[in-house]
Amino acid sequence: MQTLFEPADPAVAIELAQKVIALADRCKEKFGAMPAFMEVCGSHTMALAKTGVKLILQGHVNLISGPGCPVCVTDQKQIDAMIEVAESDSRIVCTFGDMMRVPGSKRSLLSAKTEGRDVRIVYSPLDAVRIAEENPEKEVVFLGVGFETTVPVLAAAIQMAAHKNINNFSMWATTKLVQPVLRTLLSVKKVKINGFLLPGHVSIVLGEQAYRFLIDEFRMPGVISGFEPVEMLSAIYKLLKMVDEGRPEIINNYKSVVRAGGNKTAQKMMNEFFQPCDESWRGIGMISKSGLEIREKYSRFNAKEKFSIKIGEPKKTPCRCGDMICGLASPEECVLFGKACTPLHPVGPCMVSTEGSCAAHYAYMRKEG
Amino acid sequence: MERKVTLAHGDGGELAHKLIQQIFISAFGNGHAARFDSAYLSLKSGEIAVTTDSFVVRPLFFPGGDIGKIAVSGTVNDLAVAGAIPLYLTAGFIIEEGFSLADLRKIVQSLAEEAGKAGVRVVAGDTKVVEKGGADGVYINTTGVGLQRAGSSVDPSRIEAGDDIVVSGTIGDHGIAILAARGELGLMTDLESDCASLNKMIAALIDGGCDVKMMRDPTRGGVATTLVEIAEDFGAVLEIEERTLPIRNEVKGACDILGFDPLYLANEGKVILVVSHADCPQALDILRRFPEGENTAVIGHVAGRGRGTGQLLLETPLGSKRRIHRLSGMMLPRIC
Repeated sequence: MQTLFEPADPAVAIELAQKVIALADRCKEKFGAMPAFMEVCGSHTMALAKTGVKLILQGHVNLISGPGCPVCVTDQKQIDAMIEVAESDSRIVCTFGDMMRVPGSKRSLLSAKTEGRDVRIVYSPLDAVRIAEENPEKEVVFLGVGFETTVPVLAAAIQMAAHKNINNFSMWATTKLVQPVLRTLLSVKKVKINGFLLPGHVSIVLGEQAYRFLIDEFRMPGVISGFEPVEMLSAIYKLLKMVDEGRPEIINNYKSVVRAGGNKTAQKMMNEFFQPCDESWRGIGMISKSGLEIREKYSRFNAKEKFSIKIGEPKKTPCRCGDMICGLASPEECVLFGKACTPLHPVGPCMVSTEGSCAAHYAYMRKEG
Repeated sequence: MERKVTLAHGDGGELAHKLIQQIFISAFGNGHAARFDSAYLSLKSGEIAVTTDSFVVRPLFFPGGDIGKIAVSGTVNDLAVAGAIPLYLTAGFIIEEGFSLADLRKIVQSLAEEAGKAGVRVVAGDTKVVEKGGADGVYINTTGVGLQRAGSSVDPSRIEAGDDIVVSGTIGDHGIAILAARGELGLMTDLESDCASLNKMIAALIDGGCDVKMMRDPTRGGVATTLVEIAEDFGAVLEIEERTLPIRNEVKGACDILGFDPLYLANEGKVILVVSHADCPQALDILRRFPEGENTAVIGHVAGRGRGTGQLLLETPLGSKRRIHRLSGMMLPRIC
């Protein structure tokens, strides 16, 4: 069995890494700056750090983490609201593990749990529906954060609840879409990059055609990549080649998994249960039609309508998560990194989530104790 | 006899007497010692080793073992890796009111069976019953007493550059088996926990004259945490190679999907050894003769000693080295 992060053959990976470095150095000489690519997916951020690819390319290719960690891009106000949902004895709050330690303005879901609130980690939103079924006297709320990869599963949970008529189940959905944020990064935030390492997982749902606009509107190359070292190195190599030759394209380098048109069933599920909405992104602000909300037809499963949650303005911290997800700062440029902000005592979500750039840097790139 | 444990089973009366006689004494076969408030043990002269551990595993029965088996192997292994010969155990049970007596009997019999396999005697015990909700089924505490093994070379102060780091089989099996057994993963796997008493295998290693300098069992926190502790405690720089880590495909697959790292997953039947490079082939040969050690592998070496604080480095298949730290907080499953 070949697993996701295992190199197909270390010798191939090492040879490929040397080719990448040679081409990167040539580009640097040719254009007078180190080539910079942004990985959009949080799993890439983690895999690049964990497999040592980022370390081996250090000084040759600048790999910048983008807004691909679903927890990291969630607005502080939304996080506060989601933690506030747990503040009731009559509710069971279910969430993915990543959300547990994300600090709200007052406290985290984990501290709410420690103080006796019923907060449960589930591996799938469908488990939350089952919990609702087993606890008819309680309101069960699933905190649904995620990108296009996760939304079809959120839709499946609503479908299951609707089908079984489980009315004590609802979802607090704060979902994000990849296309609008990439457009905003390039047009509004003006991030300085030479191309995108495009997300393998999201692309399974969207398909490679979803990124045409990068070429049409920005002449920005992108390569859809898998997660093991050879796949990531080969994607980076293809990006460098396009930069070198000045011929930007969208290349699907993950053909075994990603189809041109994506996964139609998943897209259908998303459309059936969700509709586009404006979403606020941490560090970026409101982006028009950059998220999905539960369709009105299913509003009885929409926790935002079901419960009245009042929250104040979030308190400000020197945390630079917002800059981090726009590729405008690296973890070590944040004054809090590794000192006031560690995975045990995170200040911002980039340090909490297993896909966050700060957590990846702390776990896999940190040299000192 | 009733089918469930009641509070009356814990109050010292007739029911408590029956419970102890029918479930515990009959399983452990040391009835003579149970007539007194303390057990008298005969020990040859020398240093004794004592260790204690509490077991709160959920679920109580899992593929490859149960709380009774692990309550023996966990404590036996703690003695064995410290270089002692495990001899005696005590077992304290905290039982939740309403717990099935049939399950309790199964657990106690499993505990007795594992004690028999490991060659240790259960000489003292205790039962307490707490109200429903006051515990999660059954908790067990075992205390183990052992005698220092004569001629053992185990002495971490002798760790030096060039020594090999060995693990006695595949890592992370227990961690994933338990998670899967909880039914929360949505994963089907026939993976079994590795939980086993290792004292006989370790005895063979020591008796074989291998120059073993350090032994630890990488339970909670896994191989990474254990090696970080060794590195820090003895000021050593340890280097392990990712490609040499023995990991079952089922464990790799589950970790990839969930975002876990096998290096931090618990093991309940593995030992990590620091052994002199010269004696390493012999150590591998001995360990691999045992079913618990058939997948023994060299995973790295001691790169240095006494240069500042210790650290653990992992060489990735690409050849870059990254530092491994203690796990921060708990391992949490990722979103996508």
